[in-house]
Amino acid sequence: MSDARLSITTRDVKLWYGKFQALKGINVDIKHGKITSLIGPSGCGKTTLLRCFNRVNERYGNVTTTGEIKLLGKNIYDPDVSLIELRKAVGMVFQRPNPLPLSIYENVVFGLRIHAEKSLSRGDLDDAVEKALTETGLWSDLKDRLNDRAINLQLEQQQKLCIARLLPLKPEIILMDEPCSALDVDGTRAIEELMWSLAGRYTIVIVTHNMAQARRASDETIFMLLGELIEHARTEDLFLTPRDSRTSEYIEGRYG
Amino acid sequence: MTGSRSTLSIYGEKAIELLIRLCGVSAIIFVFAIFFFVFREGAPILASKDFSLGKFLTSTEWYPTSMSNVRFGTLALLAGTLSVTGVAMLIAVPFGLGAAIFVSEFCTGKVREILKIVIELLAAIPSIVWGFIGLTVMNPIIQNLFHVPVGLNVLNAAILLALMSIPVMVSIGEDALKAVPDSYREGALALGATRWQIIWRVLLPAAKNGLLAAVLLGVGRAVGETMAVLMATGHAVQIPHSIFDSCRTLTATIAAELGETREHSPHYQVLFLIGILLFTITFIVNLIADFVVKGVRKK
Ligand SMILES: Nc1ncnc2c1ncn2[C@@H]1O[C@H](COP(=O)(O)OP(=O)(O)O)[C@@H](O)[C@H]1O
Ligand SMILES: [Mg+2]
Repeated sequence: MSDARLSITTRDVKLWYGKFQALKGINVDIKHGKITSLIGPSGCGKTTLLRCFNRVNERYGNVTTTGEIKLLGKNIYDPDVSLIELRKAVGMVFQRPNPLPLSIYENVVFGLRIHAEKSLSRGDLDDAVEKALTETGLWSDLKDRLNDRAINLQLEQQQKLCIARLLPLKPEIILMDEPCSALDVDGTRAIEELMWSLAGRYTIVIVTHNMAQARRASDETIFMLLGELIEHARTEDLFLTPRDSRTSEYIEGRYG
Repeated sequence: MTGSRSTLSIYGEKAIELLIRLCGVSAIIFVFAIFFFVFREGAPILASKDFSLGKFLTSTEWYPTSMSNVRFGTLALLAGTLSVTGVAMLIAVPFGLGAAIFVSEFCTGKVREILKIVIELLAAIPSIVWGFIGLTVMNPIIQNLFHVPVGLNVLNAAILLALMSIPVMVSIGEDALKAVPDSYREGALALGATRWQIIWRVLLPAAKNGLLAAVLLGVGRAVGETMAVLMATGHAVQIPHSIFDSCRTLTATIAAELGETREHSPHYQVLFLIGILLFTITFIVNLIADFVVKGVRKK
């Protein structure tokens, strides 16, 4: 088995919000089936880089991106790329849990419904809901109230549901932007455990400003500073023997 | 020194508080006063022997000034109001909500500001001017387009009312859509939803109460409108059977006839009773809108 299979490779990615350059030439290879964390001080461009991978940055009209981002061998900035297919293959979890204002059931099958060519059978949908909720550890708690509104769940359950709703689409990659920042200690631990149980089948990229979390919950770590990638290594190597002096200063807590 | 200033400021504050309280209370007093006045003018007819409330509500015969046999049936007028309002809503709801969606979801920056100003301008046109437009512009257009003898009919008035109620629908509807958290849009977008899917499957369900309130406020505006419909409906007392029939509305009847009546005559009192009927209709519409809006807040 070759461990060199890559999910995401970027070459010289630069990004501007209007005149402000937020990414200054990022080159990175993210390995398939691993958990890669992005760390760095606030404002260094972690969220921006993550949002390049499914091109949701383009919501804001003033964004210019150059360079190449290959997901599973295909440059996603090619003109013939379908954003819909891209986003089907690349799921995203947000900083604040954002279940849709629908029932729990409808949240999980939302992706299937919008991507379905023809109408789906109730049985298929039921199976998908059970499978996704089981995989995220929600099934036993929620199976009797699938028609309740999702926004009334506890935050931890909401965030798990936001992960669960990605799974029926069988994404290759799951992007997470500080998924635990709205959660307490138990919620954080639960999400981290969930990430480990999903790793292997999915490539996970997680932004975190919490270095302890990066250490606990990732295989590889990328350190960014002011729109540049400073260091990318196996997590234990980066934290124990950082090569760049800026990395060691950061992990010793010298920047915010 | 400081002592006297603070007593002054305390009194000043008290005075301002009193003033504000007075403003708030006066609004309530005005509403009740209006209702009381209208009721006092209209209610005595209910006790009169020659008047039947049943006939008032169910007869289509409106002959308030007949020498031999005075009849006060408002059914045709009610039918006029309801049909004009109904057709107006058929036009206004799709356009109004469509425009709200367009302004809120598809426009940014300058285009959006300009559109909002134009829509507010539409709201600022006085209703008598709409009446002129109905009389002199719409009338011949409808005659020529549909080959009908008169262009002053349900359709004409309904189009005017639609144009008059669209602005309030757009601005309230846009508010309702703006109030939907952006995180919902982003979440659906990241799942691969198209713009239309986001609107259809996420925004409309999330904003449905606010949008319904927008529609009901539009209805309220249309039901109460007088001048424009007076000029555009053709003013014929009959139950309209098609949108090309002339008709007459409750409001137009009051406006046209009240000046001609003797004070406290039966005719005068019946017109006030029509006022109460209108009051009741708009009150119910507003009440529904209110409940709907409260529903939004609870969630
Ligand atoms: N939509 C935007 N428009 C303009 N500037 C932005 C926008 N989003 C982020 N930025 C700027 O880009 C830089 C990187 O932001 P971000 O990627 O959110 O950082 P991080 O997630 O590492 O805290 C910051 O300086 C931020 O102010
Ligand atoms: Mg961020």
